[in-house]
Amino acid sequence: MNCSRIKSLLVVCFGLFALLFSTSLLANENPVVTDAAKQEVSEGAPKEHAAKKEVDFNVTETILEHIKDEHSWHLWGNKSIHLPVIVKTNKGYEVFSSEKLVEVERLENGTYEFKPIIYKGNFDYKLIEGKLKIVDANGNVDKAANKQFWDLSITKNVASLFVSVFILLVVLLTAAAAYKKTGVKSAPKGIQSFMEPIILFVRDEVAIPNIGAKKAGKYLPFLLTIFFLILVNNFLGLIPFFPGGANVSGNIAFTMTLAVCVFVVVNLSANKSYWEHIFWMPGMHWSMKLFLAPIELIGVFTKPISLMIRLFANITAGHILVLSLICLIFIFKTVFASAIAVPFAVFIGMIELLVAFLQAFIFTMLAAMYIGMATEEHHHEKAHGAHH
Amino acid sequence: MLLEINPLVLPDIGLVFWNTIAFFVLLIVLGKFAWKPIIKAINERESGIEEALLKADKMKAEITAMQNENEALLAKAREERAALIKEAKEASEKMVAEAKDKAKSEYDRILADAQVAINQQKNAALTEVKNQVGTLVVEVAEKVLRKELSNKADQESYIKQLAEGVKLN
Repeated sequence: MNCSRIKSLLVVCFGLFALLFSTSLLANENPVVTDAAKQEVSEGAPKEHAAKKEVDFNVTETILEHIKDEHSWHLWGNKSIHLPVIVKTNKGYEVFSSEKLVEVERLENGTYEFKPIIYKGNFDYKLIEGKLKIVDANGNVDKAANKQFWDLSITKNVASLFVSVFILLVVLLTAAAAYKKTGVKSAPKGIQSFMEPIILFVRDEVAIPNIGAKKAGKYLPFLLTIFFLILVNNFLGLIPFFPGGANVSGNIAFTMTLAVCVFVVVNLSANKSYWEHIFWMPGMHWSMKLFLAPIELIGVFTKPISLMIRLFANITAGHILVLSLICLIFIFKTVFASAIAVPFAVFIGMIELLVAFLQAFIFTMLAAMYIGMATEEHHHEKAHGAHH
Repeated sequence: MLLEINPLVLPDIGLVFWNTIAFFVLLIVLGKFAWKPIIKAINERESGIEEALLKADKMKAEITAMQNENEALLAKAREERAALIKEAKEASEKMVAEAKDKAKSEYDRILADAQVAINQQKNAALTEVKNQVGTLVVEVAEKVLRKELSNKADQESYIKQLAEGVKLN
């Protein structure tokens, strides 16, 4: 009794101390953060005047700037990693550094401004609102040329994706090697013991209940890969600095690719009874069958689309929430706003940790469910027949 | 386009392209070198555990059966022992009784023999005593008579007396 009371008192004291400390720390750091924010503002709205920037703090621009993809990976100040730009046009492939797309200008207040400039290759390339476009001599978007323009650059998200792939390969191949080394008879150790419960969780809670023990093994590698890829990218997205900071799993292209993979797997593994239930629902009146067929057919597409949007929206919303809370400090233009904003941001960050796991789980769970629906053996055909 | 689409929901072809490659690389490499051995190992371990548990159950059942058998054997042995003891007791009692009977009959016989012998001895002794007494009496009578009849006058008187008694018929 006594012991727990002392413990809770300690927790409260420590919490208060940490809060004060974090506030004072943030007060010190504040100018730097403001600089960075201004920088992004300048990047997003290049037409604005330097003097005006002190007054105009565009929250939407700042947040979107953080969520969107970039051609270079900004680290701090004027330091960025210049990622390669790869473009394909009707004149073939072209590779150049993204360094050539921006011009860094040091402002009077010590911050940096990144101005998009035209790079002259086979065509004139310029970043328009963060996206690479072909422009004409006047600096306007050349719509006709852009139709045959493919931007296959290693962007920040692509680089972050590669980082996550690298992490996954290292971690999981290490774990797999441990199984080979120590054999099955000994208890798992280290990374192996960390990964095994997650793998078992995916197998026992996701794959087997939805697909059935018999077929689950066939789809388990696919589900595990999807789960771990989403999970690692979700976690990397929560880290605010390099090598995290990219919003990969909150990018529609990423979720779309995975959703398309699920769509392909589901429809390729679908059996006869699945298609029958879509186009000619058994056990229904023929008019009802005609009515249900288009609805069910739409369902085939809405399932992966819902997967795509759910993951994208959840992760993006989380990032927007955290960024909005941090932006409160700049909206109120006072250090004391951080006393509220930082604890809230930490709190949301905690929830985001949960969401990171939860969304990976839900995506995998629903993918497994769709696969399960497509491969299910219907044993109630006779029951349907009885209705006729 | 009539509607201006938010760039957030507009997928970049570049990321789609690289993501597809990354995903398939992951799927193939992990599928072959990570998931396969890991899942195989986990399944092996699980089946091993299951087997071990089944074996343990079987062993347990075997041990219980053995214990039951042992107990049954013990009980049987105990019963046998009790029966043996009982039998032995009975036998010994019987033997004792028999021995007693035999001893008694022997005693009786010896007693009877002894009595017979005693009687015989007694009779013999009595006969001898009788004979002895008879002899002694005769001797005494002879001596008395001799003494009595040492003078002639007594002899004649005695003969006369005897003759008187023997009256010729």
